[in-house]
Amino acid sequence: MLARVTTFAIDGLASRRVTVEVDLRRGLPAFTIVGRADAAVRESRERVHAALLNSDFAFPQRRITVNLAPAHLRKVGPGFDLATACGILAASEQLPATELECWAVFGELSLSGELRHCRGVLAVAEGARRAGLAGLIVPRECAREAALVDGLAVAGVASLPEVAAILRGGRPPEPPPAAPSNGAEAAEAPDLADVRGHAGAIRALTIAAAGAHNLLLSGPPGTGKTMLARRLVSVLPPLSREEAVTVTRIHSVAGLHTGGGLVQQRPLRAPHHTISPPGLVGGGTLPSPGEASLAHHGILFLDELSEFSRSSLEALRQPLEDGVVAIVRGQRTIVFPTRFQLIASTNPCPCGLAGSPRCRCSDGDLARHRRKLSGPLLDRMDLLVYMQRPTAEQLAAVAGTASADVRAAVHAARERQAARLAGTGVATNAELTPRLLREHVRADARAHAALQRSYADGELSARGHGRILRVARTIADLEGSARVRAAHVNEALGLRQEDVLEGALAA
Amino acid sequence: MSACDGCLRRTALVARLAPHVERARRDHRHICELLALSDDRLLAALAGDRRAVLERLHERFDPGVERARLLQAGLHAVCRHDADYPPRLEQAADAPAVLHVAGDPARLAALAGEDVPAVAVVGARRAGHDGLEVARGLGRGLAAAGVTVVSGMALGIDSAAHAGALEVGGPTLTVLASGADVPYPPSKRSLYRALVRTQAVISEMPAGFRPFKWCFPARNRTIAGLASLTIVVEAAERSGSLITAELAQELGRAVGAVPGSVLAPRAAGSNALLRDGALVIRHAQDALDEALGIGVATALPGRDPGELAPPLRALLARVEDGRDTVSALAETPAEAQQVLAGLAELELLGFLRRGPGGRYVRRV
Repeated sequence: MLARVTTFAIDGLASRRVTVEVDLRRGLPAFTIVGRADAAVRESRERVHAALLNSDFAFPQRRITVNLAPAHLRKVGPGFDLATACGILAASEQLPATELECWAVFGELSLSGELRHCRGVLAVAEGARRAGLAGLIVPRECAREAALVDGLAVAGVASLPEVAAILRGGRPPEPPPAAPSNGAEAAEAPDLADVRGHAGAIRALTIAAAGAHNLLLSGPPGTGKTMLARRLVSVLPPLSREEAVTVTRIHSVAGLHTGGGLVQQRPLRAPHHTISPPGLVGGGTLPSPGEASLAHHGILFLDELSEFSRSSLEALRQPLEDGVVAIVRGQRTIVFPTRFQLIASTNPCPCGLAGSPRCRCSDGDLARHRRKLSGPLLDRMDLLVYMQRPTAEQLAAVAGTASADVRAAVHAARERQAARLAGTGVATNAELTPRLLREHVRADARAHAALQRSYADGELSARGHGRILRVARTIADLEGSARVRAAHVNEALGLRQEDVLEGALAA
Repeated sequence: MSACDGCLRRTALVARLAPHVERARRDHRHICELLALSDDRLLAALAGDRRAVLERLHERFDPGVERARLLQAGLHAVCRHDADYPPRLEQAADAPAVLHVAGDPARLAALAGEDVPAVAVVGARRAGHDGLEVARGLGRGLAAAGVTVVSGMALGIDSAAHAGALEVGGPTLTVLASGADVPYPPSKRSLYRALVRTQAVISEMPAGFRPFKWCFPARNRTIAGLASLTIVVEAAERSGSLITAELAQELGRAVGAVPGSVLAPRAAGSNALLRDGALVIRHAQDALDEALGIGVATALPGRDPGELAPPLRALLARVEDGRDTVSALAETPAEAQQVLAGLAELELLGFLRRGPGGRYVRRV
């Protein structure tokens, strides 16, 4: 007897249809799985065997061959358990085969026959809809995630007998409640109201949020760089539905999304500085997304930038430049999206006390620190803010700024940008190309003169010139000004990163 | 402008003996004594069991080959027997036999001629931002009055003095411990290029020479010899710039120092000089009065804050008062907005400079 069950294999961030063929023959009892399956899939024999018996089904004493087609695609993970079990039940005529044709099934089995949460359910559900299937059976915990895909009947089930009931024509359980509408829930990120002092840094954070600019925080250890960076999430505009679905898909494939439903908040990823290049941008024999992709539509926070290995920082180049990273394995290329906002923090020198008489770094230390920081990454930093320890009075002062107020201003500024840049393919000032800068950023005469002067003084490079204009445009947007005025350019100059390299070494 | 065969031969000998000097040296005085020895005695003192080989090499020295090398490196040589050799330097017994010049050779006379006043500005490699600002201000003020600023292009104070002089187009003269065609320290390559292009860079060492440790105190004797006044801007105890001051004193030249905080270890050496009777130098005007005579030249007036709009003037006053960071100046983000823009404007107008760690320094 032969049975066919449709399921899906995760491939990059998408899923590919896999047909599980189960064949039962007379002969010595045996159970083999073929079709480029990895260890987790081969182990599924034991799970399926036990789950069937513990759910009061018979395990056929036959020669069982399971084929996962197409055979050229590598299959990993335990998501094929349920399909294999259903196939065996259908092939041994414990279940009617007809119903199986309209369902895709996906899930991991426990030995008791219960279904477990699986990675990548959203990608699977999208695949099922693309394949034109009527319904998808998934573990109950994943049902809300699968239900994000419109036009697909999703049955969330808890155990193998429940699956059998559906396939015998029983009523599927109530569809899971629709995902809550986006952005309604209050963000649970820490609030800016907790911050004391740091007025300059909060202002820089506001500008960074408004224009999606990359931000470098420089200051001695313990001044609150990390604390501030974590609060950026709370002032960013909420994810759009489309963005949220993308983020959910990535996080689900990476196994980070366990709650079901949509990811509501922009992700913040803060990898430790010992991270390897594949960990940062994605990789592995079967490529999985790295931190840069997990931070897609959110924030990648690199604490202690100068401690990251040179190769890791170099690897970030393409993701920063193109917003995607392409990973090539064999003949296949897998593309992960990596459109994140980069926030980095650094000590001004290895001991962190640069500029104060207590700094005890040697020339060699300073030179090494400087070399570490220079390069392509720094070139992408639009803003630099120096942080100092807040004074005792500042610490004792009442709460300064609430995230909600800043968020409103940021939101308004983003809308102005979107309106101005409609049809150009970019949405934020940070993405302005030199051509778009010329077209869309009009500086008034005084602003122009201010910029000209610092450029002529040799204080600004050509690239730095563009950065200042982009930031000045954002500052004007925050103010609701159509033109970029001198005050905007001046403030942008005050936050320029140009001479971060001029440590105590430079004259 | 040229160098005689004997002096070129002497230079080649010193370069060849450089590793031997490195092994034998005790302190800077010893180095100067060695460098004052004649060729034979220098060989006798240093060569040891390699003496026969080195003597043969010394005898076989071919000045034609050396001149070709200099030409290739784009250097010009001037020896003690040439009229263009800086007259002030010639007075020292241990003065270099040959000076190699990178840049237009005619400029050497303009920078270090008989009637051209020259002041050395030296100090710590790791200086505080106000020390750097003072050095820059001295460089600018002295150069603007036509006084040659002599220094060694080291990190920190030296480079700041050169940079200040370059801001007003010189004159400034750079003395290197490496060959004059070797930018040392390498991180100052761009400053080196600017100095060669418009000023002059000199060294007693032949083309392509990479410096040993002893070459730096040796270079300092040239700096001291070239200048009529040596100013130490910031020096810790046991700093190389104190050697320059000592050598200048021995030549009978004036020595000055910029006072620093008595609590700061990095100004301990320069403060000790003041205690021992060095001239107090507060700004370029003090240095000019000393080098040229009181009232002969007036330093460039600093920018007058009176011309600023009242809010900027107030901001500048607060920075001068010690609230020199954005965090210290602003309590709220809205204030920070004003402060950031104001500080940048003051920077553009030349009143402030953003230093390391985001501290703003008053420009002098």
